[in-house]
Amino acid sequence: MTDWIDIGTLSDIPQRGARTVRLDGEPEIAVFRTGDDKVFALVNECPHKKGPLSQGIVHGHLVACPLHNWNIALASGEAQGADSGCTPTIAVREENGRLLLARPEAQNPEALRDAA
Amino acid sequence: MDFQDGIEPNSDYDDALIVPSDDVREHLVVVGNGMAGCRAVEELLARDAGRYRVTIFGAEPHVNYNRIMLSPVLAGEKTFEQIVINTREWYDENGIDLITADPVTTIDRAAKTVTSRSGRTVHYDRLLIATGSDPFIIPVPGKDLSGVISFRDMHDVDTMLAAAEAGKASGGGSAVVIGGGLLGLEAAHGLTLRGMKVTVIHLMPTLMERQLDEAAGWLLKSALEGRGQTILTGADTAEIYGDGKVEGVRLKDGREITASLVVMAVGIRPSTALAREAGLEVNRGIKVDDHMVTSDPSVLAVGECVEHDGNVYGLVAPLWDMCRSLADGLTDRHTGYRGSVTSTKLKVAGLDVFSAGDFSGGEGCEDIVLRDAARGVYKRVVVKDDKVVGAVLYGDTADGGWYFDLLKKGEDVSEVRDLLIFGQAFASGGGALDPKAAVAALSDDAEICGCNGVSKGQVVGCIEAGACSLDAVRAGCKASASCGQCTGLVENLLALTLGEDVQSGPKTMCKCTSFTHDDVRREIVAQDMRSIPEVMQKLHWTTPDGCSSCRPALNYYLLCALPGEYVDDQQSRFVNERMHANIQKDGTYSVVPRMWGGLTNPRELRAIADVVEKYDAPMVKVTGGQRLDIFGIKKEDLPAVWADLNAAGMVSGHAYGKSLRTVKTCVGSEWCRFGTQDSTGLGVKTERMTWGSWMPHKFKIAVSGCPRNCAEATIKDFGIVCVDSGYELSVGGNGGIHVRATDFLCKVATEEEALEYCAAFIQLYREEARYLERTAPWIERVGVDHAKARVVEDEAGRKALAARFLYSQSFSQDDPWAERASGNRADLHQHLQPQALEAAE
Ligand SMILES: Cc1cc2nc3c(=O)[nH]c(=O)nc-3n(C[C@H](O)[C@H](O)[C@H](O)COP(=O)(O)OP(=O)(O)OC[C@H]3O[C@@H](n4cnc5c(N)ncnc54)[C@H](O)[C@@H]3O)c2cc1C
Ligand code: SF4
Ligand code: FES
Repeated sequence: MTDWIDIGTLSDIPQRGARTVRLDGEPEIAVFRTGDDKVFALVNECPHKKGPLSQGIVHGHLVACPLHNWNIALASGEAQGADSGCTPTIAVREENGRLLLARPEAQNPEALRDAA
Repeated sequence: MDFQDGIEPNSDYDDALIVPSDDVREHLVVVGNGMAGCRAVEELLARDAGRYRVTIFGAEPHVNYNRIMLSPVLAGEKTFEQIVINTREWYDENGIDLITADPVTTIDRAAKTVTSRSGRTVHYDRLLIATGSDPFIIPVPGKDLSGVISFRDMHDVDTMLAAAEAGKASGGGSAVVIGGGLLGLEAAHGLTLRGMKVTVIHLMPTLMERQLDEAAGWLLKSALEGRGQTILTGADTAEIYGDGKVEGVRLKDGREITASLVVMAVGIRPSTALAREAGLEVNRGIKVDDHMVTSDPSVLAVGECVEHDGNVYGLVAPLWDMCRSLADGLTDRHTGYRGSVTSTKLKVAGLDVFSAGDFSGGEGCEDIVLRDAARGVYKRVVVKDDKVVGAVLYGDTADGGWYFDLLKKGEDVSEVRDLLIFGQAFASGGGALDPKAAVAALSDDAEICGCNGVSKGQVVGCIEAGACSLDAVRAGCKASASCGQCTGLVENLLALTLGEDVQSGPKTMCKCTSFTHDDVRREIVAQDMRSIPEVMQKLHWTTPDGCSSCRPALNYYLLCALPGEYVDDQQSRFVNERMHANIQKDGTYSVVPRMWGGLTNPRELRAIADVVEKYDAPMVKVTGGQRLDIFGIKKEDLPAVWADLNAAGMVSGHAYGKSLRTVKTCVGSEWCRFGTQDSTGLGVKTERMTWGSWMPHKFKIAVSGCPRNCAEATIKDFGIVCVDSGYELSVGGNGGIHVRATDFLCKVATEEEALEYCAAFIQLYREEARYLERTAPWIERVGVDHAKARVVEDEAGRKALAARFLYSQSFSQDDPWAERASGNRADLHQHLQPQALEAAE
């Protein structure tokens, strides 16, 4: 059972950019929109030194970390090229124009509503 | 044309339940006389003509016509008669009862009847729902005005034709099409051919974004603009205005476009109301199984109104597959529908666009991109696990069918991987799989470089005469020196002729292109390129949207080449420039307000102190450039911090940008006993002139009041040292990892001259240096004599450079903080707000 959280619409995120989401008790999540309007979500931390990936340059289906320019694959969270390390990914999908983010486990829906 | 050829609703039927006693066959009732409904019946007749008694209800007053041909009717290429699929005779001959202009309004599943608007009630044994889609109407004010229509049926086409006719009478009407998808563009094309002035409003940044990628979308937009249409992308409709009748459209950014006709083509939704009210299972569409049976075994559904295996379709090809499975099911065959892969071709005359499958890439996907600027061709094939999974073709779609076939069959393409992008003829041609072998096989007079008309023989001759690098070939015989499309061929010839001794040319800009920074800059100006997608297309980029090295560089080059015109691409900027603050290792930001010439006053100091307290900034530090740096500001707080600093009269110090940072000064003649001139005052003037300008890299200036040089002007990008008789100017200094003292440029007598030379030098650097090249390496590369020749010796040239700099400054001296603090794009600093919880699966 997956809980899907409505986080807004595609147009809330700049093309080739990202926005962040904070959910209680979870690390900050970066939600990316690519040049071809695909949406991906990763924990907002570079596997290198925790750079905020949401602030990087998005190109193709990669993001270049703003701190030391590692390239991270948006689909897998894997560092590319000679670098190694991985950032956890979070499922996200588009339905009827809304973006839905998976919450790994249903924790406390009431608390979430309050946060929203 | 008279379209009232349907049976008029007849009140005699009112309460009657029509069950002809003489026909004992099972009664199949079809709701919807469109593409799918009628095709299903045709398929059924082909299998077992006599098995069912058939009645079809249609909401439209027509016999069955080919909906996809409405565009040619609108464009004047076809008449309605020519797009009719089944004439009234056909229905009669096959014993089909056709009831037109009378939509079914209720289904009673318990009684197994349907009832129409005019009150006819008909009993069924099997019911087939084929109601198609409803156009989506965006809920803006004015959507119900007369003159606002969708593009779905013959009635809409008639309305458009009437509007064009009326426009002609009044000397040219104008229309707005909302939606730049397939349908919207077809409507726009038809209306243009009918003599209307057409503006397409599209919410997304590129046209047909569901089918095309950005590069192909850009090509399409250019082509349509070439046909006289106005295409507004990234444009959001706020309202349709008019007094009873449409007069125009207003966008959210305030722009207004007058129009007597508005066509909404923003999307369709499966038409499911009837099924939903009848209690059938409906999700996005009416849910059906592999035999097109709904949640009620007596009710079937087919076409755009259904959802099969989670998918809904908006094209005809899948409908044909569905109709076959449906007819098989109705005649006790059980093939079953398995879903369809779709491809799209744009019908708009003369524009070749093709798209199929999933070209958006993703994990494990490889993009193969070919851009042929001379022919206006863009091709992108996406390969995953050695199989084609998607393709976008623009300009040359001849191989669309082949790619689509490979895709549907899931064929292994590893054998032809290298030649795949060149198309079927090339890839399957005689086993010539090695590109070198292919070049070797060319005859001597085969043309290699189309731009300069250079043959293979000439290129080989040039190489044999000593040219052993790409650059040498370009210089020697011009091949590949223009558009660069034949670079690969020339490289293969080099490899072929010289074996392994090929020298690699100067470093290319990045892995996305074979051009160098200098080539790119030159071509941008020479070909008057105006956007990043345009550069990528014309210079054959091999990636869909570049990388983190080339995009910031291209953005800068365009900004420099087209001051006041080029629209900056925020997403191609490094985070510091996008956030107008310096990112620090913990993800917080630091903020540096400008202090002109290093001067400050109590009001500014107080405002800075207040900000430090209010936002809990853990540290304030004096920078090397004599400014105050406030550390540890959170991204969310940046707009508020800027607003407070702006309120005290301070603007951004650009300490984060590839731009002018600071002008460092000493106190000079005003206070210092050695000072010869007012170095502080000159520093302020210099900073006022140069702040806010974007550069290839960061740029620092200093002004010292005497040769004691307390402002350290001789390790700055531009240094001024005041002396008794005037000002000594020097350039190219750097205090970074490789400390470099400046090179002396010249001495001038007046402050005005010092400012003019400064402006001219900066502009020379802006126009000629490579992105991320500071003045020190640049000067070492081109020699200080080059700067002297351009800035000192050539007076007219200097004045022109300075004038270009000041012109571009007239657009760039806006405080980026003020814009963000005022709320513009402030959302980029905020977290997304989860809306509500939704449980699924
Ligand atoms: C202008 C235009 C151009 C297109 N171009 C292409 C193209 O190039 N390629 C492509 O593949 N596809 C194209 N399409 C899409 C294609 O036409 C549709 O996919 C196809 O028509 C869907 O068939 P359908 O039978 O499901 O729906 P429709 O053809 O729309 O038929 C549904 C019919 O049901 C009727 N109806 C609805 N409710 C009721 C009711 N309660 N009672 C009785 N009747 C009812 C409607 O009036 C309509 O006539 C185009 C569509 C349009 C509008
Ligand atoms: S550079 Fe000369 S004028 Fe300026 S402070 Fe130093 S000694 Fe004084
Ligand atoms: S923290 Fe991301 S590259 Fe170093």
